[in-house]
Amino acid sequence: MSTPIKNAAYSAGVKDYALTYWEPSYEPKDTDLLACFKIVAQDGVPREEAAAAVAAESSTGTWTTVWTDLLTDLEYYKGRAYRIESVPGDSDAFYAFVAYPLDLFEEGSVVNVLTSLVGNVFGFKAIRSLRLEDIRFPLAFVLTCGGPPNGITVERDKMDKYGRPMLGCTIKPKLGLSAKNYGRAVYECLRGGLDFTKDDENVNSQPFMRWRDRFESVATAVKLAEAETGERKGHYLNVTAGTVEDMFERAEFAKELDMPIIMHDFLTAGFTANTSLANWCRRNGMLLHIHRAMHAVLDRNPYHGIHFRVLTKCLRLSGGDHMHSGTVVGKLEGDRQATLGWIDIMRESFIAEDRSRGIFFDQDFGHMPGLFPVASGGIHVWHIPALVSIFGDDSVLQFGGGTLGHPWGNAAGAMANRVALEACVKARNEGRPVEQEARAILGEAAKYSPELAIAMETWKEVRFDFDVVDKLDAN
Amino acid sequence: MTIHDFASRMDDPAARRFGTFSYLPPLTRAEVALQVDYMLSRGWACSVEHVEPQRAMDDYWYMWKLPLFGETSTDVVLAEVDACHEAHPRDHVRLIGYDGRRQTQGLAFVVYRGSAS
Repeated sequence: MSTPIKNAAYSAGVKDYALTYWEPSYEPKDTDLLACFKIVAQDGVPREEAAAAVAAESSTGTWTTVWTDLLTDLEYYKGRAYRIESVPGDSDAFYAFVAYPLDLFEEGSVVNVLTSLVGNVFGFKAIRSLRLEDIRFPLAFVLTCGGPPNGITVERDKMDKYGRPMLGCTIKPKLGLSAKNYGRAVYECLRGGLDFTKDDENVNSQPFMRWRDRFESVATAVKLAEAETGERKGHYLNVTAGTVEDMFERAEFAKELDMPIIMHDFLTAGFTANTSLANWCRRNGMLLHIHRAMHAVLDRNPYHGIHFRVLTKCLRLSGGDHMHSGTVVGKLEGDRQATLGWIDIMRESFIAEDRSRGIFFDQDFGHMPGLFPVASGGIHVWHIPALVSIFGDDSVLQFGGGTLGHPWGNAAGAMANRVALEACVKARNEGRPVEQEARAILGEAAKYSPELAIAMETWKEVRFDFDVVDKLDAN
Repeated sequence: MTIHDFASRMDDPAARRFGTFSYLPPLTRAEVALQVDYMLSRGWACSVEHVEPQRAMDDYWYMWKLPLFGETSTDVVLAEVDACHEAHPRDHVRLIGYDGRRQTQGLAFVVYRGSAS
């Protein structure tokens, strides 16, 4: 029950948060921003009080009553904890659902939303640990954001790629190559059949390879490979930089070179820089690939931090045309059901609540375009059947070591991946279950592709069978 | 292990590729029919295009008649592909499945590869 504080005489002091911020009878409005937190409270703190404290500290409240509370309509502005649920299979943690009125947030600013929802409250002493599991952004807020600069269908038209996932590769070694040698590696990958190559996220503009030299060498490689293969190609030119002025200078030069796509690290560079860059891309017809360095610091601990599905929603609103999603099958963490949940968040217009995929709220993105999930990290030709099944056509599959590590070189490695991918797509369209028939489908394709046969031989024993650390909550 | 050279040259028309399925051996007629079945089963409108090989990288090829809206017969689609090829034997001929709901081409692949003039 809510306390009629606006009618109460002012009395200084500390009140239980629950008196003001726990309101189980509250019916969330369509325009409310909703959040689900996983909370472990300190011993002796009731769940309702902990949930209310989170609602208070992430909205209007502070630790003590202040007289200026009475100058405003707190009933209108406050966040409210409106529901508590036990976490399946866990006696310590519980979910708290909080509703925030739309007025608390600046239009078009995921920065503002995050500063409130994952601000001071995460260091709050009454809480032992706190994790933001999901956010429902109201459509009224979504449509104040720019979103992906181009989106999936526009990118397919620009790149002339239809009916299959696209293929990429991160150039390695990630540090130390000269610009000309780096461009060589790019050229070999693209002429072999990849659609994209990628700067490693660590590559910005170091002494061994300044950005301008890299951009020029890569542009030469892209244009040669296009002329040779007759297909459109791109390289994600990383414009991430120490200042936004440097970032935009690099983006402008990529455009001057007539390159189709640039790249940005949205967490290390920050949402403000990312949103500005996405807006620049929209104005300039440039595709934007988003890398996610630092995400695992925020999202891997099941009890504290921000779930990746929240980071995904924030990035879709801030803007990007590609976003790394994990692979399920490769070297990096990622539960299959949870991954299916956040790739829906990247691509679909409406995503329904589905606890089996870790999705706590219906989310409506309205007419905002979707973006391509990018599967990257420790994947090779043997994973392609599973990747095609998991990700479908609207995805980018990136094989770094799985291209460059081919015994005959990058071009052969690229061709092996392209042949394997097309064989799997063809088989899927024919109605064959590609995961179950993986060995047969790849084996048939390898008969006419010696590049694929060697790749299959090279990586036949490589697997990454480790237990997932961040599992979906279940009994 | 013997390392193989990657045989691809700018001056060799065989080095040119055409998107999806162009890294596989040419599809047999039965295999093309299965892809048409797939497109029709998804409710996509099949459409045929052709172009001179030297203009293959352009966005717009020549449209053969109109897309086959509402057509559900794989044989009719294949007959249009063949008719286009017979009328333009030196051109590349491509088959497209338009996905009107998603406003994109659900699939596009070259069925007949033309000869460079």
